[in-house]
Amino acid sequence: MAHHSAYYVPPQSHWPIIGAVGLFLTLGGAAALIYSLQQESDSLLAQIMLNSGALILAGMMIGWFAAVIAESRQGLYSPQLDRSFRYGMSWFIFSEVMFFFAFFGVLFYIRMFAVPWLDGEGDKGLASMLWPQFEATWPLLEAPNPDQFPPIREVINPWHIPLINTVLLVGSSFTLLAAHKALKREDRGKLKGWLSLTILLGLTFLGLQIYEYIHAYTELDLTLKSGIYGATFFMLTGFHGAHVTIGSIILLVLLFRVFQGHFTPESHFGFEAGSWYWHFVDVVWIFLFTTVYLL
Amino acid sequence: MSAHAETLHHGPAKGFSRWILTTNHKDIGTLYLVFSLIMLFIGGTMAFVIRAELFQPGLQLVMPEFFNQMTTMHGLIMIFGAVMPAFVGLANWQVPLMIGAPDMALPRLNNFSFWILPFAFTMLLSTLFMPGGAPNFGWTFYAPLSTTYAPPSVTFFVFAVHMMGISSILGAINVIVTIFNMRAPGMKMMDLPLFVWTWLITAFLLIAVMPVLAAVVTMVLMDVHFGTSFFSAAGGGDPVLFQHVFWFFAHPEVYIMVLPAFGVISEIIPTFARKPLFGYRAMVLATASIAFLSFIVWAHHMFTVGMPLAGELFFMYTTMLIAVPTGVKVFNWISTMFKGSMTFETPMLFAIAFIVLFTIGGLSGLMLAIAPADFQYHDTYFVVAHFHYVLVPGSVFGIIAGVYYWLPKWTGKMYDEKLGQWHFWLSFIGVNLTFFPMHFVGLAGMPRRIPDYALQFADFNMLTSLGAFLFGTTQLLFVYILVKTVRSGKPAEQLPWEGARGLEWSVPTPAPYHTFTTPPELDKE
Amino acid sequence: MCRRLHLYCLALVLLLPAPLWALEFNMPVGVTDTSQSIFNLHMTIFYICLAIAVVVFGVMLWSIYHHRKSRGHEAAQFHGNILVEVIWTTIPFLILVAIAIPSTITLGDLYDASESDIDIQVTGHQWKWHYKYIGEDVDFFSVLATPREEIENRKKKNPNYLLEVDNPVVVPVHKKIRFLFTSNDVIHAWWVPDLAIKKDAIPGFINESWTRINEPGLYRGQCAELCGKHHAFMPIEVKAVSESEYEAWLADQKAAQKAAMAAADKDWSMDELVKTGAGVYEKNCAACHQADGSGMPPTFPPLDGSSIVQGDKLEHMKVVVNGRVDKGMPAFGKQLTAVDIAAAITYERNSWSNKTGDMVTPAEVQDLMDKQ
Ligand code: HEA
Ligand code: HEA
Ligand code: HEC
Ligand code: CUA
Ligand SMILES: [Cu+2]
Repeated sequence: MAHHSAYYVPPQSHWPIIGAVGLFLTLGGAAALIYSLQQESDSLLAQIMLNSGALILAGMMIGWFAAVIAESRQGLYSPQLDRSFRYGMSWFIFSEVMFFFAFFGVLFYIRMFAVPWLDGEGDKGLASMLWPQFEATWPLLEAPNPDQFPPIREVINPWHIPLINTVLLVGSSFTLLAAHKALKREDRGKLKGWLSLTILLGLTFLGLQIYEYIHAYTELDLTLKSGIYGATFFMLTGFHGAHVTIGSIILLVLLFRVFQGHFTPESHFGFEAGSWYWHFVDVVWIFLFTTVYLL
Repeated sequence: MSAHAETLHHGPAKGFSRWILTTNHKDIGTLYLVFSLIMLFIGGTMAFVIRAELFQPGLQLVMPEFFNQMTTMHGLIMIFGAVMPAFVGLANWQVPLMIGAPDMALPRLNNFSFWILPFAFTMLLSTLFMPGGAPNFGWTFYAPLSTTYAPPSVTFFVFAVHMMGISSILGAINVIVTIFNMRAPGMKMMDLPLFVWTWLITAFLLIAVMPVLAAVVTMVLMDVHFGTSFFSAAGGGDPVLFQHVFWFFAHPEVYIMVLPAFGVISEIIPTFARKPLFGYRAMVLATASIAFLSFIVWAHHMFTVGMPLAGELFFMYTTMLIAVPTGVKVFNWISTMFKGSMTFETPMLFAIAFIVLFTIGGLSGLMLAIAPADFQYHDTYFVVAHFHYVLVPGSVFGIIAGVYYWLPKWTGKMYDEKLGQWHFWLSFIGVNLTFFPMHFVGLAGMPRRIPDYALQFADFNMLTSLGAFLFGTTQLLFVYILVKTVRSGKPAEQLPWEGARGLEWSVPTPAPYHTFTTPPELDKE
Repeated sequence: MCRRLHLYCLALVLLLPAPLWALEFNMPVGVTDTSQSIFNLHMTIFYICLAIAVVVFGVMLWSIYHHRKSRGHEAAQFHGNILVEVIWTTIPFLILVAIAIPSTITLGDLYDASESDIDIQVTGHQWKWHYKYIGEDVDFFSVLATPREEIENRKKKNPNYLLEVDNPVVVPVHKKIRFLFTSNDVIHAWWVPDLAIKKDAIPGFINESWTRINEPGLYRGQCAELCGKHHAFMPIEVKAVSESEYEAWLADQKAAQKAAMAAADKDWSMDELVKTGAGVYEKNCAACHQADGSGMPPTFPPLDGSSIVQGDKLEHMKVVVNGRVDKGMPAFGKQLTAVDIAAAITYERNSWSNKTGDMVTPAEVQDLMDKQ
């Protein structure tokens, strides 16, 4: 390794502790809010906590990243430090992969084991003694106890909105690649165009998904409460949607920075990290489309 | 660049802000270690409550509902508050020193990882004062006891766990990146000290399984508040699904709590045997195999849930296999001692006790792995004995050994050897007095997580409680030794241990605030 | 000198456990063939582990003694040997294979619950067991019988402290009995060491297990899965008797259940109901709502002064019969007879500060239960 030109160790920083406080207020506020809704008690304090926490977190992100960007543009960073960021981001994405892995595992277990068992198939089929009415199907429209978990009228047709969404999201990965290429060619006009298009595709995806959720709740009786199909459906698509939202915000920030004149063909780790994240979200969707909607 | 030069050469800031705003791996290491010591005492006080109630049959001190809260919080605090942060603290101090790096790779993130923790535990501990009390469903929070039947504070428990998870993941990312990217020039992976190797693998495990924990607590939250049915058969879910997801996290978790201790022991034994570690490559390979196997054994905690026979057999076989690489480690340590020239300072004593008592715990683990026999052992004090043997004289002794071993380098002062020896012997006797009798009451039929028990278990329980009081109060001596060292210890030498090798000993004593700002030259033997 | 002392201390501590074994604090051998084969398996692994420990610690202590610096031993500098590494990887593996074979056989045997003579469905409830003899029209609850005074140290504890129930489950010897385990609320685990059965009772699912008891006797066990507050207080008693005694017991049970049915039709007076109700309440409700009706808010609401208890009778009956299952209040319609429910409700409505003077009759409760 040639460049061991003194690794940059930042001076004291107040962003981490601000972040820790913000995180505490946000999550504590969220917990307190849910808690007080359940207890039917006053939730004002909880809302204040949650909102101020979220604000602090947002401020922390802006401040922290601004500091990093400023340092980077001052030329304090070395290729070694750049590698630290890259490795760091890759491992972070790996942790996200494992998060989704758990939910896909749940879906797999439910479909392969739990639901068939409840209908009397397989090694633990005795369970059907307790649910004589129950019939295993997938998508599972009617839960073993339909009084507690009201039945679903109909599931979402994969060949409508979900297919469109697939096209949108896969397309957005390509437009982002094009933006990256443009950045490397120093073609800033194209960069802005492709990046904006990517964001547009992402936001359209989100819009359609919101529409789909409303449709599910109001017309299909497909809700979180409608048994395990609804639970896994909303959990997987919901967390995916949350990631698309975060990804879109990241891309928006990148676009903003592009307009500020940031990034050079050699040094644009921020851009790459954002696009890795976006591609990751895209790959998750492909798994999701096949296992949640299609199969 | 002026900012540049400044940061590299100034010493620590003065006062309170030093600790809150720091980006220095040594400061953050100290923070982690002090935090974990505090948590050890909080968790230990809860163990005192448990042992006091179990001193005699009958309900004396606490009500059953409070007892369950104590058991749950004791387990959670010891695992997430005491043992894990202590290892992160050791990693913070030692990894950069041992690989010749100026600091951790992402110093600000490092500070963030730490400061999340005090908030997370404030949230967790605050549940003790909520109406309905703290979580009372065991540290394993099996559904539906933790969903439909949980106290309202479960919501706070979920978010506290989320915070601990974020902290662990970020901390682990930092360790991994540091090891991959910050090694001194010329230091290859197979030159890494074993402590660094074990931590690398631990960090990988952390990043792989903490998100799974996050997923499972999220599903608990959803079942509690948002009407989902992940863990309810009435909606097509399965309570056992909870256990599968939980143990997919929690079994690797137990190795997360012991691999770094293996690393510490692998540093200490060669030093005091004055002989190079036997079988370095085998040690690395064994650690990696343990980590790999740890992903495919989780259901050995669930032998009695009524898994299909094939599953039962699969998990029994894979679990048994872990004995092989672990055995390799034990044999290598002993071969390192064999034909050495040993002395028995406090770190060495704790390390030897680690080998003996961890092996005892491991062997009882092997007994638990035999599925049909586990039908009798499961959820009895035999299991409690097993995991305290691997955790207390395992993980905790490993931490204590590491602290004694590196303390001279950290503080520049020598601890009082005589008091150290007292600390060791009292701990050793205390720990065995506490946890050995648990094997017997467990075999004789005492279930775990009960505040009151049948009369035939009375004698051994009293013995256990006495041992616990002895072991617990002995740890006050530990605190005294630490304070005394920092305050008035004799100055330590550059190389306090005759047989010690490695980069961390090449820096002055005490280790300056910034070390290896220019990477060290590695002298190749 | 100091070193010598260390060794003595170490030896002492390591030997300490030995006499404890003599007290026979070991796994029970049990009274079934499977429990015996599990016991043998347990002892086999134990001795193997003991042997490994002796060898490993032996070598270690030997080097600690001989290869000390204080004895002037010079350190050798070897640091690897492929041959020994291979050996100590292979030998443990072979030992494991040797353990795995008998374990697999025993496990296969345990899993074969086919061709049973008697089927009993065992349902865990917070915090009692329910037994139902399938095809026999016999079912009952089995609750801890140890008086509260003993638990609260106000009375001397009897030898079966915490291991005694009101209604043991009775089974004949030498018959293959199949248990079907399930639960009404949280996960419990039915464990009787002498039968070597420990199986989780999981709500919404059924686990099976079987036994064939060789000797008549009374075998005690406990719930082995944390199931809430009174997890320590839900024991099990299995009474194994001869075939003929079993038949007689079964007939008695059937007769008793008929009599209980008849009781619902009888005219009950207020006093009778309150008196019966006090007992029913103590046994079934006090665990959560406390003997003095104060409950344990916020989880378990007080009944003393409760608006439901003092309000409309029908609402009160509905809560008790249907429960509020999602909140932790069991549906007692499935557990108790109409008489018991009516009695408990009448008792609640006329106890502590509740002075409604109302009476709820078994017929009213029966009516409600029939309608649903
Ligand atoms: C640091 C933590 C740690 C470690 C290292 C281990 C190590 C092991 N554990 Fe343990 N375990 C726990 C922490 C740990 N465990 C905890 C916390 C629980 C309970 C959780 C709860 O329910 O709350 C638990 C529970 C637990 C169970 C479930 C019991 C039950 O609930 O019924 C089982 C079952 O298989 C098990 C097995 C093992 C095995 C086989 C090992 C092996 O890794 C051990 C390997 C080591 C050796 C075998 C000794 C050295 C080897 C030799 C000298 C070689 C020669 C040996 C042979 C050939 C046999 N453990
Ligand atoms: C690393 C983890 C770790 C550690 C270090 C310990 C340490 C100890 N544990 Fe822990 N234990 C667990 C992890 C751990 N435990 C887990 C995971 C469970 C399972 C939980 C569950 O079932 O969900 C458990 C459960 C558990 C039980 C079973 C409870 C039950 O089933 O109901 C018991 C019972 O004796 C026990 C005892 C002890 C004791 C006596 C110590 C001693 O080693 C503690 C020593 C004490 C100190 C080091 C601090 C001393 C404090 C003072 C000196 C303060 C003095 C203050 C006063 C006197 C007020 N533990
Ligand atoms: C396992 C614990 C448990 C047991 C045993 C139990 N209850 Fe309850 N009970 C509850 C809980 C929890 C609630 C609160 C339900 C809610 O929040 O709606 C409740 C609520 C009630 C209420 C409504 C009180 C109110 O003010 O809302 C009545 C009446 C009642 N129980 C009667 C009984 C009777 C009679 C018995 C015995 C035959 C009994 N309970 C046994 C847990 C229990
Ligand atoms: Cu039922 Cu524990
Ligand atoms: Cu495990």
